[in-house]
Amino acid sequence: MLSIQYFASIRETLDRNVEQLELPRNVTSVQMLIDHLLIANPHFEAVFKESSRSKGSKVLVAVNQTIVGRNHPLSENDEVAFFPPMTGG
Amino acid sequence: MISIQNEDFSLGDEYTAIRRRAGDAGAIVTFTGLVREVYGDGSTAGAVQSLTLEHYPGMTEKCLKDIQHKAEQRWPLLATRIIHRVGELTSCDQIVLVATASAHRHAAFESAQFIMDYLKSEAPFWKKQKSEHGSSWIESRDTDKAALDRWQKP
Repeated sequence: MLSIQYFASIRETLDRNVEQLELPRNVTSVQMLIDHLLIANPHFEAVFKESSRSKGSKVLVAVNQTIVGRNHPLSENDEVAFFPPMTGG
Repeated sequence: MISIQNEDFSLGDEYTAIRRRAGDAGAIVTFTGLVREVYGDGSTAGAVQSLTLEHYPGMTEKCLKDIQHKAEQRWPLLATRIIHRVGELTSCDQIVLVATASAHRHAAFESAQFIMDYLKSEAPFWKKQKSEHGSSWIESRDTDKAALDRWQKP
């Protein structure tokens, strides 16, 4: 099972913080996962569709707690997280 | 040494502890980040009623260890200390502590700044402020990214 976590403004917009997903066979990269999530949950457009996002907001993605690009490969049991740019310190 | 915690910290206690750990240090730099009384600008500026810090447990510790390791590779450090608070804070509260100890001041000053610059842009913390205008997530600033870039120049 793939675990997906959402943080900060993205967690609030989607109204969920974590979900488990059986990785569909045709989903092998982060971008494919985003496309898959968009089809399953049209309201995710507010976060993942560039045209729907508020100006300047960005979505970062981490796989197994390391920030990666959209082409990063995914495998079963990966821990994926979506979040906005960090603002700590 | 790295801590992510809800509790406040004592700068005095931390200074004493790192001084003891650092052995023959000639310089110790400590940086403390505080919650400001006013966040935002223009119409969104307002007196902060609270500031909530969210983080990504697991990845946060991993990132901070990595940042600390990068600093240790770059400067001859005798000891480092990072504390970052999470949860709900109010104005003037302490948020973050970075302390570095080295034989000489340049390494201590620079490494403390390096750790803070990396922490701001690479460690998964997010701030949400509550003011008289309501609640809003604080957005990352380009100046923070620029501060990071300067360490990456050859």
